[in-house]
Amino acid sequence: MLIRKPDPIPSSEITPKSAYLNRRQFMATAAAAAAGAGVLGERLLHPSATAQAAATKLNTVKSPLSTTGETLTPYNDVTTYNNFYEFGTGKGDPSKNAWRLHTRPWTVSVDGLVKKPKTFDIDTLLKMRPMEERVYRHRCVEAWSMVIPWAGYSLSEFINQCEPLSSAKYVQFLSLDDPKQEPWINEVSLTWPYSEGLRMDEAMHPLTLLTFGLYGEVLPNQDGAPIRLVIPWKYGFKSVKSIVKVRFVDKQPHTAWNDAAPNEYGFYSNVNPNVDHPRWSQKTERRIGEPIWKQRRTTLMFNGYGDEVAKLYTGMDLRKNF
Amino acid sequence: MPNRAVVALKVLVHAACLAPVAWLLYHLAISQLGPDPTATVTFFTGRGTLRLLVLSLAVTPVRKLTPKLAWLIRFRRMLGLYAFFYACLHLMTYLWLYANFDVATMVDDITRRRYIMVGFAAWLLLFPLALTSTKWSIRKLGGKRWQILHRLAYLAAICGVVHYWWIVKPGVHTPFTITAVLALLLAARPALDYVSSRRRRPAMREA
Repeated sequence: MLIRKPDPIPSSEITPKSAYLNRRQFMATAAAAAAGAGVLGERLLHPSATAQAAATKLNTVKSPLSTTGETLTPYNDVTTYNNFYEFGTGKGDPSKNAWRLHTRPWTVSVDGLVKKPKTFDIDTLLKMRPMEERVYRHRCVEAWSMVIPWAGYSLSEFINQCEPLSSAKYVQFLSLDDPKQEPWINEVSLTWPYSEGLRMDEAMHPLTLLTFGLYGEVLPNQDGAPIRLVIPWKYGFKSVKSIVKVRFVDKQPHTAWNDAAPNEYGFYSNVNPNVDHPRWSQKTERRIGEPIWKQRRTTLMFNGYGDEVAKLYTGMDLRKNF
Repeated sequence: MPNRAVVALKVLVHAACLAPVAWLLYHLAISQLGPDPTATVTFFTGRGTLRLLVLSLAVTPVRKLTPKLAWLIRFRRMLGLYAFFYACLHLMTYLWLYANFDVATMVDDITRRRYIMVGFAAWLLLFPLALTSTKWSIRKLGGKRWQILHRLAYLAAICGVVHYWWIVKPGVHTPFTITAVLALLLAARPALDYVSSRRRRPAMREA
């Protein structure tokens, strides 16, 4: 008797990984939503923006500005241990809640001291320059740190497109402020929208990264999708997430954490082991994702980027301008 | 409550107090304490201390609600000692994972950082209470003096809650619940004393 061997499954029949991951994510979110019936409708109408976005690959090129000699923090930690108060104050909250964020359509408007105000669509910005992979150390003011392979290009490339006037001395960045998508805004006492700022020379520094992705994929919502800053020599809260507005100004802009506690969070907030936070030491940090006995390590001046950025601050008293 | 039931309940309380520590040690051994295990252990032991301390302080006012709950007093020392045990674990976490047993770091922290100062003060307040938790100590000190000394537990709990508020970032309200419970207990003492004194007065008149 002849038993026919089944034909090999053609590759066209095989579900791509991203698609089945999406379905799983979708079913998981739907199941979770079913438990809390109130949000069911909303979730079904907007099937997990996070999962769809997470499947989108970014083509990146290598960059000489990428940090070498560090072990990357696992993807799972980078995407589940977040400070993003628009989605809750717990470290695990943003990864649970940020599915509410809609990253399309998304625009970034530019105004203030520019030749003329402009609005950029996120998809235009994604294609504006080649996407570089930049591994950076990331040091939070709370004394923990990660090493993350970001994807983006220097903010300076974007600023050049904005055509700021020579009178512009600072750049202010504002995050999305929408309590419908970010209900925690109503619960947390920070000045909203989340505002951050840089001096013009800091903003133009090639290390300052306009960031669209991490680990070769577009940013998960909880990591500041669809567009954020990464300033590797400053404490993490300077690296503003989910940017909707960029404003060129002549005076130092107000910033969210400085508003909340000016004695604890300065405008500059450069990583500096010699200047303690008023409540805790900044001499050491805990590396996320390491075993407990290997977490503690020495914090480096400017987070180890002193060779590149120390010259921005020559003659400045970094104790006063913390 | 029959004696056998109290004994059985004591076994349960021991288990309830030790199980979290077993859970913590197990997850520590298999490296499953999340992205920031140091912070996990710190928060876990600190929160455990505050909860047990507040629970031990709740015994007296709850017991006073009705004579039927008098047996609760037999659990107070146990809860207090477990609170101290968790406080020791919390302190060990600091000494090992934060200060790395470096004396200079400890001195620097304890003299300059108010949340560490007040946290350490809380531990120091609990220490003599743990030492004098035996029946022998009560006899030796005399009930009244022993009682006054052990009111320090309230002060330790206040220090613990302040310690918690001083470490969270502005805008974070996680210490609110434990603060509210402690405030309730602090208010309950004088309130219950007042009520019982009102109750006693007519009885005295009859006599």
